[in-house]
Amino acid sequence: MSVNDRSLTTSASMNMQGFGNSSAGSNQSDEQVEPASTLSIFSLDMKKHEDIKQMLDSNKENLKLDAMRRVIGMIAKGKDAGDLFPAVVKNIVSKNMEIKKLVYVYLMRYAEEQQDLALLSIATFQRGLKDPNQLIRASALRVLSSIRVPTIVSIMMLAIRESANDMSPYVRKTAANAIAKLYALDPELKDELIVIITKLLADKTILVNGSAVQAFEHVCPDRIDLIHKNYRRLCNLLVDIDEWGQLTVLHMLTRYARTQFVDPNKTYEDDKKSFYDDNETEKNANDDEESLDKKTYIMDSDHRLLLRCTKPLLQSRNSAVVMTVAQLYYYVAPRSEIHIVAKSLIRLLRSHREIQTIVLKSITSMADKHKEIFGPFLKSFYVHSNDSSHVKYYKLEILTILANASNISTILREFHTYVLSPDKEFGAQAIHAIGRCASTIPEVTEACLNGLVGLMSKKDETIVAESVVVIKKLLQINPSQYGDIIKHIVRKVDKVTVPTARASILWLIGEYSDRISKFAPDVLRKMAKIFPDEETIVKNQILNLAAKLYVMNSKQTNLLVQYVFNLAKYDTNYDIRDKTRLLRALLFQADKCPALSKNAKKILLAPKPAPLLESIIRHHDQYTLGTLSYVIGQAATGYKDLPDFPPEPSDSSVRNVEIIPVSTSQHDSSRNPKKGTTPGGKKNTGIDENFFSDEEEDAEDASTEGPDDEEEENEEDEEEEEEEESDEDDEEQSIENKNKTNEYEQLDARSPTIVENQPQNSESSEEEEESEEDESESEESTDEDEQV
Amino acid sequence: MIHSLFIINGSGEVFMEKHWKTVVSKSICDYFFEAQKKSANPEDVSPVIATPHHYLINICRNNLYFVAVLTNESAPLFVIEFLHRIMDVFEDYFTACTETTLKDNYVIVYELLDEMLDSGLPLVTETNTLKELIKPPNLLRKVANLVTGDSTNVSDALTSSQLSNIPWRRLGVKYANNEAYFDLIEEIDAIIDRNGTTIMGEIQGYIDCCVKLSGMPDLSLTFVNPRLLDDVSLHPCIRLKKWESEKSLSFIPPDGNFRLISYHIGSQNSISIPIYVKHNIQYREGSAGRFELTVGPKQTMGKSLEAVAIECAMPKSVLNCTLTPSQGKCTFDPVKKVLTWDIGKIETNNQNSTRLPTIRGNITLAAGQPIPEGNPTLNVRFTINQVALSGIRVQRVDMHGESYKPFKGVKYITTVKNGRFQIRT
Repeated sequence: MSVNDRSLTTSASMNMQGFGNSSAGSNQSDEQVEPASTLSIFSLDMKKHEDIKQMLDSNKENLKLDAMRRVIGMIAKGKDAGDLFPAVVKNIVSKNMEIKKLVYVYLMRYAEEQQDLALLSIATFQRGLKDPNQLIRASALRVLSSIRVPTIVSIMMLAIRESANDMSPYVRKTAANAIAKLYALDPELKDELIVIITKLLADKTILVNGSAVQAFEHVCPDRIDLIHKNYRRLCNLLVDIDEWGQLTVLHMLTRYARTQFVDPNKTYEDDKKSFYDDNETEKNANDDEESLDKKTYIMDSDHRLLLRCTKPLLQSRNSAVVMTVAQLYYYVAPRSEIHIVAKSLIRLLRSHREIQTIVLKSITSMADKHKEIFGPFLKSFYVHSNDSSHVKYYKLEILTILANASNISTILREFHTYVLSPDKEFGAQAIHAIGRCASTIPEVTEACLNGLVGLMSKKDETIVAESVVVIKKLLQINPSQYGDIIKHIVRKVDKVTVPTARASILWLIGEYSDRISKFAPDVLRKMAKIFPDEETIVKNQILNLAAKLYVMNSKQTNLLVQYVFNLAKYDTNYDIRDKTRLLRALLFQADKCPALSKNAKKILLAPKPAPLLESIIRHHDQYTLGTLSYVIGQAATGYKDLPDFPPEPSDSSVRNVEIIPVSTSQHDSSRNPKKGTTPGGKKNTGIDENFFSDEEEDAEDASTEGPDDEEEENEEDEEEEEEEESDEDDEEQSIENKNKTNEYEQLDARSPTIVENQPQNSESSEEEEESEEDESESEESTDEDEQV
Repeated sequence: MIHSLFIINGSGEVFMEKHWKTVVSKSICDYFFEAQKKSANPEDVSPVIATPHHYLINICRNNLYFVAVLTNESAPLFVIEFLHRIMDVFEDYFTACTETTLKDNYVIVYELLDEMLDSGLPLVTETNTLKELIKPPNLLRKVANLVTGDSTNVSDALTSSQLSNIPWRRLGVKYANNEAYFDLIEEIDAIIDRNGTTIMGEIQGYIDCCVKLSGMPDLSLTFVNPRLLDDVSLHPCIRLKKWESEKSLSFIPPDGNFRLISYHIGSQNSISIPIYVKHNIQYREGSAGRFELTVGPKQTMGKSLEAVAIECAMPKSVLNCTLTPSQGKCTFDPVKKVLTWDIGKIETNNQNSTRLPTIRGNITLAAGQPIPEGNPTLNVRFTINQVALSGIRVQRVDMHGESYKPFKGVKYITTVKNGRFQIRT
């Protein structure tokens, strides 16, 4: 935004205001003036705070609302509106819902800074907590707990305690949310809060459970004993919790499983046959136990319950949920079952770029540990030319990890196209990846090396340089075999200009000078000529080469080496000078330290361990998969490692729950029969009954007719006939219907006419009666089904 | 969890900020700008940036950056997914999520952010519930507000109504015309090598719905061939049990637009690619380089290819391209080095190869530059209407629970998401 624009708007605003307090305007306007935005609303901020104050004090709702909107505009822009606090807070008693809401927004932002004044508003919230409307109660509690004023913790505590017993699940959920906020304000209340959390964890409504677990995670994640009684219920209800709640519960359950059950992979012999097929959610728990009995390791039935109940969540539309389930399987499931997460993770790769990046990184770690599960999806990791650089990098990494003797030829072909991609950095990474494949799969080492040598004849410098560096590393692993390649590379030394590549070549010559004793001194001669113009890294290697050649062949190279050392002695870089002194002492001044000089050859040409061609990602594995720490590669604040499985499982009877008769007076609790699970292993019935039970019954309350899934059967016959006709009718109908129907295939040709003359249609009303009758029947029948 | 949110426009100006806890200074965004500067491409900014005291998680969409500030460990995917959800809600409210719409509706934006997050934890994210709490802007109301001088975003019903028991559907929906539209969209992901062999082909499909039905309808949708769908993600409204047992979708739909399911057909299944491109690209010294493409349909099930376009990112050393297309329009951006050829429609019955769209011409290389090593990749885009490439078809949609008879329509489209259909040359 140019200065001109600013001054223009300033003057414009001054003109606009025209009257009154223009004197005060001159000193304030500067900070308030908007950079000229095209928007009228934002330019409203230009007016004085005085103006807004007056409007807030006025009797007219409209003016107040307008003023509040401007205040919010200022906050949204990140400008300070703190001096309006007294004027704003007065309006908290406003009858207008929007004014009230905006005042709440303002309070949450500024109450912390103006605590004394904020106390003025507390009475309103206390009144709000008693309001008959659940939404008002909830929002009063929400704001009260969000204003972060330490003096009111006792009031907050009281409010939370009361709201936790509220009739409305929505208010109880808000209470659960408020617990974490209060705890952040005053950690000493922990014990009292735990009591409330315990109560909310056992709440009968799924709406509350998610938030209760959230509070649990914030306040007392170590009190795992609070979960025992709720464990089975949470598992069974997991699918019905909202997606964000699912995330928290999944995290908690992962930790729970790691502390309560034993490692399923420890005693368990890998069995090829996966004895839980796809439909295991539908399976009866008894079956599970039977099949388990035959195995040496018997998985705790609760452990199995967890895996079974989390599996459907792999179909969630929320990528975070899918990832968390994958994580749970990675840490908790037996090795033979992890494969089921692969498909869903691959699906996430079609999502937004940011999600792709994180998922790919996690896949890298998973694939590293369990190669086989991603093997079938190899092609999904092929790189598109417009993938972001992170995505490309991780895909390359995964392809390298997945490479094995059987698929290496296709992977290498793929890598070869990457090398030639216009993205040079990526090309270099691809060359590096080829090197890694060559070092891990002995069958293709030869082929890879030849390929890399081929790349050295490319014209592109980065490609050549990277190939040289990688070849150097590969040669180190098995130098004796590849004398020819060394010779080939040495010839390249004049053409390669990239410093790292030159340095690599020089190092190779020095290290294996015995194989190329004819070339080596000549290379040194050439290098000596251009020594001053080289990069430090190259100079370093020239010195190394000189020293090594002197050790091997002092007669021929003596003078040359002396010359190089003299040049280096006066180099601008002190490391070079230092190194020169060291080498000179070692080679030429034997009298100074005879013990060392005697062993100069051993020192310089000591057998060096071959470098490991490894990726840098591996080091991140120390953090739990999918966490923030894992992604950034360093421990984030508040990061905790996932505990290891205990050697002995905890007593499973702690999770047994007695069936508590419905005792509370709350109307909604009676809706969910049998939330508590029966002791023993047969908690599966819970899923069938509870799944969707809440919603469906509520829907029945709300709509005039209960929805019924079985109804379709009696309509089927009629519909099928009509479907045949529908194609012909298609065009006529679509013209009638004004919407974009010509693009749409009509599914039910009859309907538009019926919409037009709805009331007199006798056919449809008959049908409705029929279906109503059937409804009761079919309801019974479904009930029976579920019982089985 | 999420501590603060900054919304940044394409030119790097923080134009909106929201704090759910203690205020974090705007200057924290400098770390983000720094990361942005370092990467050549806006796409290449790392989604997670660690700073000494905070962690920044950013997403980029529609040339807007949402930067969330975190102080504690929490799953990055959770935050990313949530930020995208915020954008989705904005798009739903303001039809497009751009700097202008956000600034125009900043009060609603602020109210929404307040409703969606409660001190950094997700609260209400379903647009249907949100719309019950906060009215979306619409032209009619704006006009009415101007006339009457009365204006409020907050729903009047708030004081009396109960929250809907189904979080994704609001109560008391009424329409004069009851209609439900289902768009079955399939996007092809493919890489084709220089010989024309498909080395990777996947389909990503969606069913996007526009349901405008009164009351509490209960829909069930069945497919002709559901076994194709073995990898799906479902909207929470779908009854999972029914899906697992009968492979039919049974649900009480949200009101308005939403994505019912998305599915993925992996590269293990063979996919017939409906288009082919014959290419001959050679670089030579000076202006002697050759460039020739021919595009033709194949296996399109009798439908014609529409909106066909080919994009080709040339190497940096290319100075100019002089090309003549037999159909459509061709442009070359000499700064970005991108060649775009908009072909338009290709009729299927037009198998005669002489009449297939072709483009021919020369490539001029900058003097003194080395001849590029690899040939460029072609990004192909096209659309086929009335066909879902995988062969998935909706068999029927039934409605229960309401007495009226709705209009129901389904539409099939096969298309390509930009840059996901590549031909290597």
